[in-house]
Amino acid sequence: MTDLDALISKFKNMDEVAFEKLYYMYHASIHGVILNIAKNNKVADDLTQDVFIKAWNNAETYDAKKGRFFTWILNIARNTAIDKIRSKSFKQSRANLDAKNFEHIITSHESLDSETDAIGIKDIIKKLTPKRLKIIELLYFKGFTQKEASDHLKIPIGTVKTRSRDSIRELRGMML
Amino acid sequence: MDINAYIESGILELYVAGQLSEKENQEIYELLQAHPRLLQEVLEIEAAVVKLTAAVSPHSIDFDSFKGKLTSTDNSEKKVVVMKPKKPNWISYTGWAASILLAGGLLWTLNNNKELELEIQTAEIENAYLEQQIEDARTDLASTKDLLNTLRDKDILAVPLGGQGKFANSYAKVYWNKEDNTIYLDGQGLPDAPEGKVWQVWSLKLNPLTPTSLGTIDDFNTDDNKIFAIANANESEAFGITLEPEGGSESPTMEQLYTLGVVPTAP
Repeated sequence: MTDLDALISKFKNMDEVAFEKLYYMYHASIHGVILNIAKNNKVADDLTQDVFIKAWNNAETYDAKKGRFFTWILNIARNTAIDKIRSKSFKQSRANLDAKNFEHIITSHESLDSETDAIGIKDIIKKLTPKRLKIIELLYFKGFTQKEASDHLKIPIGTVKTRSRDSIRELRGMML
Repeated sequence: MDINAYIESGILELYVAGQLSEKENQEIYELLQAHPRLLQEVLEIEAAVVKLTAAVSPHSIDFDSFKGKLTSTDNSEKKVVVMKPKKPNWISYTGWAASILLAGGLLWTLNNNKELELEIQTAEIENAYLEQQIEDARTDLASTKDLLNTLRDKDILAVPLGGQGKFANSYAKVYWNKEDNTIYLDGQGLPDAPEGKVWQVWSLKLNPLTPTSLGTIDDFNTDDNKIFAIANANESEAFGITLEPEGGSESPTMEQLYTLGVVPTAP
């Protein structure tokens, strides 16, 4: 059992210390995914908290056999964000939003915290081809299914699989 | 199992993205327990995605800022709501039942429609084939009629060629149109020319015996109706067919004379 597994197991037993550790591991990612969908900092801040509260309240329903913890909380984040942008109150305030996607958000950050600075994420993003950025956006940020991504990009379903593999591999290569 | 091929398939990236079925997730979970390399791969994919998504977030939010909300939902203030048994609401049940039926019906219709479209497509393709066949049959019929008209022409002279010697089973027929100096050779009764050999047609004068080549029939084996139009301006008294080496011969090889027939003298 890895440290992470142990942490998650404590979290399932409502251990707040374990939860805090998991929070600091993943909250920036969750915030990033939500911001990419909601395009609004204030909304993204609130929703990120909502997501972790939901996770806490449903801790016992997490089952490692059904997927990774990160994947689980990522799913909660996407669903929460998508519910929000479909809501009436959000639609009314849409005028404030711009349609930038994650690469624009990253590259337009004035300052990045030291950890992300260290891997030079801005340069990494600039090196990825639009095709690869797009598939990452659809599958990881927006939660498109393979079928939806294949329809959206007008590429065969098998290509979705290989293209996401190639994209993540390139990303990993550059992050080393 | 081939771990490399499994990794290369890209399924683990979809696993981390959360885009697989529950069954696939379960299978991968078991594989991860058994193969440390697969687990390592998943951890690396996950780490990359965590880093990338985190880079989008412009600022960190302190855990303490909402810790309060957490305890309040967790501890004493968790309200117990007494659930009253609901009276069955028949209108709503019937409504649900009706909409499920409707949805089922729609799906069924949709499915039917798809199948019908497919059937129409197949039928259209079959139609195209049939049209092609009819077209071919018409062309065949037209050429057969032409042939028949040619052979029935009053000026046509029919010359049966009988099998010779050991080739007694062979036969052929020549229809000679003296007007347009053409013979129509019907080679139905001749076997296919063996590899390296061709049929050669001869026009003969009988006294003295003088053969004149009318040419070889190079496409004999591939021709369907075995009827060949051959130009013949000679005052032929007989016709013969021999089997010759490819390219034909200057004079007929008499041992290979399959059929021979004398032109009937005009009454």
